[in-house]
Amino acid sequence: MSTVLSEPKLPAGVKLPIYMDNHATTPLDPRVLETMLPFFTNKFGNAASRNHSFGWEAEKAVDLAREQIAKLIGATAKEIIFTSGATESNNLAIKGIGEMYRERGNHIITQVTEHKAVLDTCKRMEKLGYRVTYLPVNADGLIEMDDLKRAIDDKTILVTIMFANNEIGVIQPIEEIGKLCHERGILFHTDAVQAVGKIPVDVNAMNIDVLSLSGHKIYGPKGVGALYVRRRNPRVQIAAQMDGGGHERGMRSGTLNVPGIVGLGMACEIARLEMAEEAAKLIAMRDRLRKKLESNLDFIHLNGSMEHHLPGNLNMSFIHVEGESLLMGINDIAVSSGSACTSATLEPSYVLKALGLGDDVAHSSIRFGLGRFNTPAEVDYVADKVIDVVQKLRELSPLYEMAKEGIDLTKVQWQAH
Amino acid sequence: MAYSDKVIEHYNNPRNVGQMDKNSTEVGTGLVGAPECGDVMRLQIKVNPETRVIEDAKFKTFGCGSAIASSSLATEWVKGKTVDEALEIKNTDIVKELALPPVKIHCSVLAEDAIRAAIGDWKKKNVAVGEQASAQVAVAAN
Repeated sequence: MSTVLSEPKLPAGVKLPIYMDNHATTPLDPRVLETMLPFFTNKFGNAASRNHSFGWEAEKAVDLAREQIAKLIGATAKEIIFTSGATESNNLAIKGIGEMYRERGNHIITQVTEHKAVLDTCKRMEKLGYRVTYLPVNADGLIEMDDLKRAIDDKTILVTIMFANNEIGVIQPIEEIGKLCHERGILFHTDAVQAVGKIPVDVNAMNIDVLSLSGHKIYGPKGVGALYVRRRNPRVQIAAQMDGGGHERGMRSGTLNVPGIVGLGMACEIARLEMAEEAAKLIAMRDRLRKKLESNLDFIHLNGSMEHHLPGNLNMSFIHVEGESLLMGINDIAVSSGSACTSATLEPSYVLKALGLGDDVAHSSIRFGLGRFNTPAEVDYVADKVIDVVQKLRELSPLYEMAKEGIDLTKVQWQAH
Repeated sequence: MAYSDKVIEHYNNPRNVGQMDKNSTEVGTGLVGAPECGDVMRLQIKVNPETRVIEDAKFKTFGCGSAIASSSLATEWVKGKTVDEALEIKNTDIVKELALPPVKIHCSVLAEDAIRAAIGDWKKKNVAVGEQASAQVAVAAN
């Protein structure tokens, strides 16, 4: 009799590896792919071709996408500028506004937990002679409105504050910031990559003048994004950063990526119709994960305000366990860590450090990013696995042993190397 | 990051995990690294006072998989060696055995430091209890 080796038993609804890193990127929704496909083959026209049906067909598809995107954020179609993604959108917004409004002032305000696409662009602006204020965040990861009020001066032309953070999922007080900027006549840009399609965004109610968004964070394709640029009250002007055929109202030259744009449009349409239901599902799964971890492990730390928080995000530190070793133990689950060992720079997460957390807490952090295609069964599998590996690694951890013995680790004379 | 099979093997089956009585004169303890740097190793050795042979070794490590593997390997290697032989272990030997990539070399350095710190602690204790002669010989051999 032959023996058949059986696959390790997995609960229904769990297929390995599990993808739970949806802040990094999201899988393409099959419905999005479906709408994109014809534009790779027979509908290949250039949306800028004005005198034949191939061009008209492409233009019509792009116009529909513009409508779909605008509708999701409460804008009008004409206010949507297509780009290659949010890095380009952020660059275009900050550099383009800086250049256009240079005579009015040279001061830009941002904050320390922004994505590098904003922070590094701001650093570049400093080299070009602009002044940049980097607001701190409190222990919850939120900026203080009083800090913002104090930072504004008569040379301030732009405030750029992200809608929601990509590591800790904390949502900034966008409506208040927008109101303040509007009252002071200062333009307000927000990097809304993590927020659009996940939580309600309304550029008018929130007084947002310029907004960056990306396709691949909302189950759309990579390589396509958009910049919302307000057309009235006030009419925002942006100096193009790339010269060419004057596409996109002269703000962003280059032949439009029609299949990508069609996909981005469809992704926005799906998000608009399903957001409320999806957010409720994600919150339920996120809370289930959190509860399971909290009730089975000691010495854990939740990073970032849980009150102002994206539905699918959970950023947790498993103190006395190093993040990379934890990832190694859960290698059939895709999540990310703020540990230095996992970063290209060998520095722990600057976002977690900005919250005032010690490097040791940052080294121990794991970011869970739940998304549309995760299931409660996956959440249970992930929780069980993380608990198991954390416990195993703590058996190995001299720090955990010392903490359990009541030794204050901050008082130990460490030999840093 | 791709890990070598040996790193994964040590990570999955770490050798000699645990602790020994750090107050025993036969035990030397080395605690190296710092939590804010992302790795802390504690390596302990138990030395036969007559033969100066390391009869047992234990470790606990907070750190990445390579740090865990380096210290696990270090405990395997020091066991059965005299303290002087153990001092011959170089971090480059650990790098070679575990096929550590350049970014993980510091893990092997830390393991070598841990061996030296444990032996140093044992020597210090044995000077304190009056075995000055043998400890001085050991220092001279260093």
